[in-house]
Amino acid sequence: MINQRRFLVETLTAIGLILAPFILPYLGFAPNTVNRILVWGLFGIGFDILFGFTGLLSFGQSALYGTGGFVAAYLLTRTGFPHVVTALFIGMIAAAVVGYLVGLIALRRTGIYFAMITVAIAEVFFFVEFNPLAEWTGGENGLPGVPSPSFDLGFTQFHFSSGWSLYGFLAFWYFIGIVIGLRIVRSPVGAVLRAIRDNPLRASAVGHSIHGYKLTAFVIAAAYAGFAGGLLGIMQAFMPPDAFMFDTSAQLIMQTAIGGTGTLFGPLLGAAIWLFLQDFLQAALGLGAAWKLVLGLIFVLLVCFLRRGLIGGIVDLYALLTRRKTEPASESAPAVAEAPAPESLSAAAADMLKARSTDGYQGPILQASGLTKRYGGLIANSDINFTVNHGELRGIIGPNGAGKSTFFKMLTCEIPPTSGRIVFEGHDITGRSVTDVCQLGLTKSYQVNQLFTRLTVRENITIAVLAALRGKFKLDLFRRIDRIPGLTEHVDQTLAMVNLSARADTPVASLAYGEKRRLEIGLALANSPSLLLLDEPLAGMSPQERIETVKLLRLISRGRTMIIIDHDMDSLFELVERITVLQEGRVLVEGTPEEIKGNPVVQEAYLGGVLEQ
Amino acid sequence: MINWPNLISQMFNGLVLGALLALISSGLTIIYGTLGVLNLAHGAMFMLGGYAGYVAFTYTNSFIVAIIFGSLFVMVVGIAMERIIIRHFYGRPDEDQLLVTFGIGICMVELVRLGFGSLSLTVPPPPALAGITSLGFMFYPTYRLALVGIIAVALLTLFIILYRTRIGMIVRAGIEDSVMVASLGINVYRVFMVVFGIGAMAAGFAGIVNAPVVSLTPDMGEAILVQTFVVVVIGGVGSFPGAILGGLIAGEIISITSMINPGYAYVMLFAAMTLVLLLRPHGLLGSQSRA
Repeated sequence: MINQRRFLVETLTAIGLILAPFILPYLGFAPNTVNRILVWGLFGIGFDILFGFTGLLSFGQSALYGTGGFVAAYLLTRTGFPHVVTALFIGMIAAAVVGYLVGLIALRRTGIYFAMITVAIAEVFFFVEFNPLAEWTGGENGLPGVPSPSFDLGFTQFHFSSGWSLYGFLAFWYFIGIVIGLRIVRSPVGAVLRAIRDNPLRASAVGHSIHGYKLTAFVIAAAYAGFAGGLLGIMQAFMPPDAFMFDTSAQLIMQTAIGGTGTLFGPLLGAAIWLFLQDFLQAALGLGAAWKLVLGLIFVLLVCFLRRGLIGGIVDLYALLTRRKTEPASESAPAVAEAPAPESLSAAAADMLKARSTDGYQGPILQASGLTKRYGGLIANSDINFTVNHGELRGIIGPNGAGKSTFFKMLTCEIPPTSGRIVFEGHDITGRSVTDVCQLGLTKSYQVNQLFTRLTVRENITIAVLAALRGKFKLDLFRRIDRIPGLTEHVDQTLAMVNLSARADTPVASLAYGEKRRLEIGLALANSPSLLLLDEPLAGMSPQERIETVKLLRLISRGRTMIIIDHDMDSLFELVERITVLQEGRVLVEGTPEEIKGNPVVQEAYLGGVLEQ
Repeated sequence: MINWPNLISQMFNGLVLGALLALISSGLTIIYGTLGVLNLAHGAMFMLGGYAGYVAFTYTNSFIVAIIFGSLFVMVVGIAMERIIIRHFYGRPDEDQLLVTFGIGICMVELVRLGFGSLSLTVPPPPALAGITSLGFMFYPTYRLALVGIIAVALLTLFIILYRTRIGMIVRAGIEDSVMVASLGINVYRVFMVVFGIGAMAAGFAGIVNAPVVSLTPDMGEAILVQTFVVVVIGGVGSFPGAILGGLIAGEIISITSMINPGYAYVMLFAAMTLVLLLRPHGLLGSQSRA
């Protein structure tokens, strides 16, 4: 949505910022209110990247806002440092460094733990500011006398003191902030952040170092917070200690949620509504202290009924209104999708997307020896020895609870084995991370779909391809995602291969089950793995879909090693060359499909006895 | 400044605070463990218990009535909150749950501020427990001494409910695996409501029994909530014994550091939390299963 026309959003923002002083006074906004909105809006850009885009809800932004603000204010008031803008940047860097350290601790855990830890950190900063550091921060008095910026251009002097003249200064920085923010969310890093928000497990399984990216988002948010904190001091000519208060974090979160998350502009809109209502309720309606209750109620109602805030609501409404016009066009789309892709096209894609080369390594591609997994007293896998050769197409069968999925999880390093060793292409991968293993060329499609549910089909595949093209961590924050060489081709080929080209721009949520299943395989396939594991690729499919998928799997297997778990014996026996039978966590037998079919031990395991004829 | 009587009396203060934190945290942790919802309005419920008790006390002049009314009132508020709002959030992401409970907490605080003003209010301790008691080597406020006993009884009651009753068994099973419990044909939603009520009541009870020790202000719950988080992180999310152990540790850290320099109390508390996170990321008594 954001990415439709280049610089459109930036241009509109610039126009809006220029027009604001001419329009807003008529709507009852005082210049000081507008300035405060800008500072909150800038603060919020970073927070939205952290929360709206990466899904990390931090209650500790006040710590970073205060840090940046007080460092800048201290430089300007106590040390006689003359350059306002330089001081702002130093404050920003200080906040980013603190953010990095805080992030290292807070990001050790996710979800509610992350929220709780950030709350605790914010509170610590507040107390540190008030007590041990009071000598530097002025304690509860704050730092008064923060100078306003002025620039001497030789022939004339610009002085941004207060009101609308200060507005120009703040609007400039807000504009820079939004340009950088848009750049970041449109970069490959931005795409990965969204993937982390939607499905962190899958994001790491397709080969992204999610810890690194989360820390990046945290530091970006800290830098924005630090710079905005510095601006707060300049705007008020005083650095208030309440910047450090938990209420600051709370207000930021509520403003962002009211305005809308994941839009970058949500915090600005939220701040405008918040501050406008605050003035309006207090002054015009004479509600006094009750204004916060009203805002609290609005916030709760919005969280309940309008998940994505006001901007999200407007976008949905717009989509609802415009859908009627485009409906006839989209009706024909499913029909196209149902038609099987031309065999030749898929085949061509398969050739282009062939497995990576193996660096001249000879010998079995995968060798697991003595692999055991215990959960307390329960033995899921016991002493499994398993070897797969290059180019092999292997099937694994076994009754429910035989430990097949556990075995796969150990092979892809999602869970560590209790004992045993896994060697992939000559590398010992035991104890490595799922991300590293994916980067080496071993991927898995999951038994239960693990997709990025809020993204489109194309975006899903793009996430996986990005890991293949950029490695597990790269800080190309300012690179446009469509400037990555080979990305579009690679994504198109993968889409063609899993026969989803016609559905590329469909959101995952509106795919049919069979299509989701194919996308699941596509995600595992996108980084051209040399060994692909498929955990029940046929599960839940209709007979027709099974036939199509078997055809697809055969195509994928060209020049690639594959191991497939499935309960559909007929399809599997037809597809694979060798079969391993697991039972109660052990390898029961191994052999060609013919051997397995006739094996009395296998029949015993499955049917409880051999049919006497 | 630092001498033996002082240290011991601070350790007693730590015990009182620790017991209080243990009680509030166990409420928070059983709600989270069973429902998967982190209730950010928990601090506000603690505050609400204090104010509800204050109202009951002004009308009846009986501390016992204040305790009963305060706890029951918060329990009813908790159940209403679960029925009306929280149950619509079970299927929604963690972040939405955090936001909504956070918002509800703010509404509670502002509602109380509207009704009672921002000035602090006090509830006197019951006459029988007023004054100070000699412990032989030092004097200590009687009510604080009694408070440890009162909270210990409350924790014991909670323990009995959790470990010796049918509903407790369901709750503990639900903490392990709520899907499994649901598939055994138990109406988990009714259990959820009861658990939310009990958890809220624990906070409300703590609020009113603590009222004679502190003064009531509308935002008193905020600091307690933060301390409760630290307790839960230290003890392990979803663990009742963890909440008690974490509460006592946090209480002692805050009290003993305060004796030396109050400004560092939170720093030390935070340092302890960081240490636990580094060495035992799931908390001292937490299990691996709850991420």
